[in-house]
Amino acid sequence: MKMTVEETEQMYEEPEASVAPKQLDGADVLIETLKKHQVEVVFGYPGGAVLPIYDALHKNPIRHILARHEQGAIHAAEGYARVSGKVGVVIATSGPGATNVVTGIADAMMDSIPLVVFTGQVATTVIGTDAFQEADIISITQPITKHNYQVKDVADLPRIVNEAFHIASTGRPGPVVVDIPKNMATGIFSPTDETTGEVNLPGYQPTTTPNFLQIQKAANAISTAKQPLILAGAGVLFAKASDQLVKLAEKYQIPVTNTLLGLGTIEGNHPLFIGMAGMHGTYTANMAIQTCDLLINVGARFDDRLTGNLAHFAPNAKVIHVDIDPAEIGKNVPTEIPIVADAKEALLALLEQNAPNGNTAAWLESLQINQEEYPLFYEASEEKGLLPQQVVELIHEYTNGDAVVTTDVGQHQMWAAQYYKFNHPHNWVTSGGLGTMGFGFPAAIGAQLAKPEAKVVSIVGDAGFQMTLQELSLLQEMRIPVKIVILNNQALGMVRQWQETFHGERYSHSLIPVQPDFVKLAAAYDIKGYKIETYEDAKAQLKEALASDEPVLIDCRVVQKEKVYPMVVPGTALHEMIGVKPE
Amino acid sequence: MKRIITVTVINQSGVLNRVTGLLMKRQFNIESITVGHTEQPQISKMTFVVNVEDEQKLEQLLKQLQKQVDVLKVNDITEKSIVVRELALVKVVAPPTVRAEINSIVEPFRAATIDTGKNVVTYQVTGNPEKIDAFIDLLKPYGIKDLTRTGVTAFVRETQKVHTPQLSIL
Repeated sequence: MKMTVEETEQMYEEPEASVAPKQLDGADVLIETLKKHQVEVVFGYPGGAVLPIYDALHKNPIRHILARHEQGAIHAAEGYARVSGKVGVVIATSGPGATNVVTGIADAMMDSIPLVVFTGQVATTVIGTDAFQEADIISITQPITKHNYQVKDVADLPRIVNEAFHIASTGRPGPVVVDIPKNMATGIFSPTDETTGEVNLPGYQPTTTPNFLQIQKAANAISTAKQPLILAGAGVLFAKASDQLVKLAEKYQIPVTNTLLGLGTIEGNHPLFIGMAGMHGTYTANMAIQTCDLLINVGARFDDRLTGNLAHFAPNAKVIHVDIDPAEIGKNVPTEIPIVADAKEALLALLEQNAPNGNTAAWLESLQINQEEYPLFYEASEEKGLLPQQVVELIHEYTNGDAVVTTDVGQHQMWAAQYYKFNHPHNWVTSGGLGTMGFGFPAAIGAQLAKPEAKVVSIVGDAGFQMTLQELSLLQEMRIPVKIVILNNQALGMVRQWQETFHGERYSHSLIPVQPDFVKLAAAYDIKGYKIETYEDAKAQLKEALASDEPVLIDCRVVQKEKVYPMVVPGTALHEMIGVKPE
Repeated sequence: MKRIITVTVINQSGVLNRVTGLLMKRQFNIESITVGHTEQPQISKMTFVVNVEDEQKLEQLLKQLQKQVDVLKVNDITEKSIVVRELALVKVVAPPTVRAEINSIVEPFRAATIDTGKNVVTYQVTGNPEKIDAFIDLLKPYGIKDLTRTGVTAFVRETQKVHTPQLSIL
């Protein structure tokens, strides 16, 4: 029998009040709860165990982005979460679907990205029997989630979903996994007084308000310091406290450095900003850490890539550490003034103290001298060829510092961090803690969905891009105007650099001269491709490509031997960094 | 240094896995662990004996435990005035010729005989771990056939002798 669309739709319509209201099953309840949390978009991939959930998702206003691999889905959700400040939502099926999101979960855990990941599971009746597509995702993800749940009673579903969103998005954000056995999704939900979904988490009460005494101590230390320094991390971004941070820095004339993930908390061209610190940070920032008498860490976790050799880190500094996670305070660096709080609340409290200003003029001047003497540098010449740093600088120029930039991990990431000066917070999406290759491109898709009006540029390496390039399908299908810029050096650049520097130039499995033709690859997905080999080409073509409203792929053939400098060699202290000046 | 740590948790499946997994992930060595529910059935208490290198590591351990969503309370009770108990079952080779001798050794420990065979006797002994060590050492020469220890469980006494310093920001 043939039916018109209208007739078909009528079939699905609720019958008039003649019968009892349709009984909801677990999957319906899940979707309803997602709506309550104002979830606009979910990233996922269907499969056997999540069929009921996908059935409930069908004909539903929640937008579903069908990635071409679950890893692409979760990285896109991470990009979405980082740029929008909302919780990223992922759905994957049981077994391989669930294990495919493990990398993204670990990535989100390391970088504190709020995610709620729904995984399908075999029915509770067969859990533990090695059923088809069964994987114990609860045990697998236990050390890489903020918390995880397996639904064992349909009645618990609303509460568990509410708690998952609450845990993911409050305190120090992070990923929460909710494992839903198939019979929980199909099970009938009978509402009672017990199933209101009220959050019940007696063991989870993040401290957001700072301790007043510590704030007083901190304000006092700030006003008496001669050489204070602010180290701003991603905690400032999660707290949406960039304005307060800049206000504090300006009021007390304190220079600011960033962690890799903290970039964007202060404008890249702000006179008080002295660049990123750490392994590939600026000489000025690292020396400032080593010579400051007060180090004000706001929302950073003193990661090893930032601190270098801990024994010699910030030897003269009294340390103030503002962090919402008490476990981060004192973990790596002894702290005189611990402040467990939301960064915004702490900064507001510090500003309220209105302590008298110290005099930091001499300190700022000495940093200024360092900045002039030891700027970031590269040596370009026509014979040498196109340099990756030049490409990043051009991207910055053509996007006026307003673009959302995403990256993987490695050389291209460091060049992007060094040379792209962000005007605004929440525009920098990179895999910091876990250092995940293949993160940047799918993350850009999520970022673009979060900010449809923004220019989103995914700066990736040729190797990392090939780890998740199947998501080109999404650009093709939805015309998502992401600009993919491949800094193509036909190598695993950072591995190659370390092999050159630390392993006697033995390039063990790090050079990959055989590659797909990226322009043709783009064409296969109906995406315009560019191949750029010289600086002159770059100027003209990058400008055109970045101005496009369509997705584009730009294959930039850059000098293979170019190294990221300056550098803190592992095991050494920040002030011992090498490559600080042209030879 | 050896520390006795009690952790009050919400009694739901996976919580033991979560806590021990955390200790493994952060490279802490568990020497013994006991778990059971408290007077409230939905709440369990775990007692750990762990070896930690220094104060900083200890503080980290306590904070990481506290961070778990299912964990309600974490206490390092090592320095407090506490009652520490462990139970051991010891099966000893005790032919009739030496049984009286063994019984006389066992008596001061107030161990109970809980099973007797022709040539074997099983004792149950409770006390702090040192007492149990001593008990086992004394019985060793007779030949221990089987031995099982529960691990330590502990309680803070009602009256505390001295004030113990609190860690900075817990």
